Amino acid sequence: MAQVTLDSIRKVYPNGFEAVQPSSFDIPDGEFVVLVGPSGCGKSTLLRMIAGLEDISEGALSIGDRVVNDVDPADRNIAMVFQNYALYPHMTVAKNMGYGLKNRGTSKVEIERKVAEAAEMLDLTHLLDRRPSQLSGGQRQRVAMGRAIVRNPDLFLFDEPLSNLDAKLRNQMRIEIRALQRRLGVTAIYVTHDQVEAMTMADRIIVLNGGVIEQIGTPTEIYENPASTFVAGFMGAPPMNLLKASVDGAGRAHVEGGLAVEVPAGATGDVLLGIRPEDLELADTGDLQIDVQIIEELGAIRLMHGQIAGQEISVAVPKDQPCSTGAVSLRLKTVPHVFDAATGRRL
Amino acid sequence: MTDTTFTTAPQATAPKRRIRWGRIADHAVLIAGSLFMLVPLLIVMQTTTVPDAEIIKHGPQLKIGNALPDNFNKAMFEASGFSGENTGVRMLLNSFILGIGFAVGKIALGMIAAYALVYFRLRFATAAFWLIFTTLLLPLEVRILPSYEVVQKLGMLNTYQGLIIPLVASATATFFFRQFFRSVPEELVEAARIDGAGPVRFFIDILVPLSRTMIAAMFIIMFVFGWNQYLWPTMITTDEGMYTLVRGIKQITQVLEGASLPEYGRSNLLALIAILPPVFIVIFFQSWFVKGLTESDK
Repeated sequence: MAQVTLDSIRKVYPNGFEAVQPSSFDIPDGEFVVLVGPSGCGKSTLLRMIAGLEDISEGALSIGDRVVNDVDPADRNIAMVFQNYALYPHMTVAKNMGYGLKNRGTSKVEIERKVAEAAEMLDLTHLLDRRPSQLSGGQRQRVAMGRAIVRNPDLFLFDEPLSNLDAKLRNQMRIEIRALQRRLGVTAIYVTHDQVEAMTMADRIIVLNGGVIEQIGTPTEIYENPASTFVAGFMGAPPMNLLKASVDGAGRAHVEGGLAVEVPAGATGDVLLGIRPEDLELADTGDLQIDVQIIEELGAIRLMHGQIAGQEISVAVPKDQPCSTGAVSLRLKTVPHVFDAATGRRL
Repeated sequence: MTDTTFTTAPQATAPKRRIRWGRIADHAVLIAGSLFMLVPLLIVMQTTTVPDAEIIKHGPQLKIGNALPDNFNKAMFEASGFSGENTGVRMLLNSFILGIGFAVGKIALGMIAAYALVYFRLRFATAAFWLIFTTLLLPLEVRILPSYEVVQKLGMLNTYQGLIIPLVASATATFFFRQFFRSVPEELVEAARIDGAGPVRFFIDILVPLSRTMIAAMFIIMFVFGWNQYLWPTMITTDEGMYTLVRGIKQITQVLEGASLPEYGRSNLLALIAILPPVFIVIFFQSWFVKGLTESDK
């Protein structure tokens, strides 16, 4: 159990590429933090620096009370779960789980006890004598988790652990990992590119883009108040509509094609209005008219994809409402998010 | 799917079995090839069953004689030289020591060299690798005189060390293990690091067990290669007690003096015995090799 502190951590590769710009944040003891972002955003690099698999170019990293910049991964008391599980193929499940303990000089009896305990927790007891090649993807994932648990680490690190599983198993493992982390109360850092995983699992989300932290917040904060157009577009499926608009002298933003809304003071010139598809609803006398081209059937909702004066827009309609292509009138349910068109920051 | 429809369709339309000339040609080539390989071996086998005098008189024949036990006795337990040390059993032992020492040495050295090249940030790793690789252009035959001189100066003539050590440096093994190590997933190395396995532990606990199919394959190749060495043992060993089989067989047929006959039966039987260990090694390790490949451990 430990809190993790990153103080202006930076990563520059020998070829001069800056993978992570100076980043600072604190993770309190027992929190589940998800690093999310598109590929190449530096999230894995950040995780690997915390694990000690990658050197830290600048800044200080502390786990608990000690600065661990120059501490060997084995001595940081962390456990990591890899995307491809990285199980030792020639060892049985029990040996895989106990290997770290064996290297620490734990006694055989103690190893056996801990492995049995972890196996019990993960429902792996009947598989302890198998080799990884004889296990299914989900079982391998569990063994990788077990290997992490037996060590009683201060910190769990997960590097896209669910990407290799099918959708159904992924949903199930998502819940299991979350439940396990709660039960053990161990601080966890979880890297993913899947915003659904981030939203569902995290106590707090850190959104990264191009080596920069875009926003840190709880899932609700991030969803309700995205700090930038990047976060707005990345978090949430279907993504938020971003409509170009210009602000007039009276503090109202006008979208070409007929939508005008009040914007906060300070917004001038060109702005982007962010409206989530579910924040629009069908109405006879609406705020805006769109031309619907395609309707996607998603079961619980239908997604209408259309255009307003050449700009793409999508709308989520509950399944009990009829919808059709062609001209449709819509009403805003909430106040749109307003972003600066040039910088993409929230206004 | 397309394959099955393609092969079953002609059978359905033409119930009469057609002569497939292509297949006959294939079999003819295979049969000719196996005869080409087997007939000399069968002739050698035949000569081991008849007395030497008959071979001299009639040459190879079709009849099988009854001199096999006698020849076997002579081949295995009677010495052919002056000192009485180079019996068949002794030579067989020497050959085993050479073959196994040669294979184990090459594998051990190749693995360690490849481990250093792949997993450690050495400044001149690439240059070192290519340097090792270019030694493939310098086989033993090219450097045999300097090698001999080194062994002689070190006083290792007529010793097993002298026979084995100068041969164990192997570019082939280094190359194969290097390629194999590079295919081991990076995450495995990282997982081991987090699990607290240092370089030596990682090598012994993870890399060596993972490489066992590779080791088996290299062992087949290297053992047979070492077993069949002729030139090097001929130069290094003058002591009859150190003779290997391949080298000693020649000695037997060479004794052509006075009225004594060359002992064809005896030498041919030894030649057959010399074939067996490589054959068994290949058969034994092959099953291992295939098992390792199909298990898809990595």
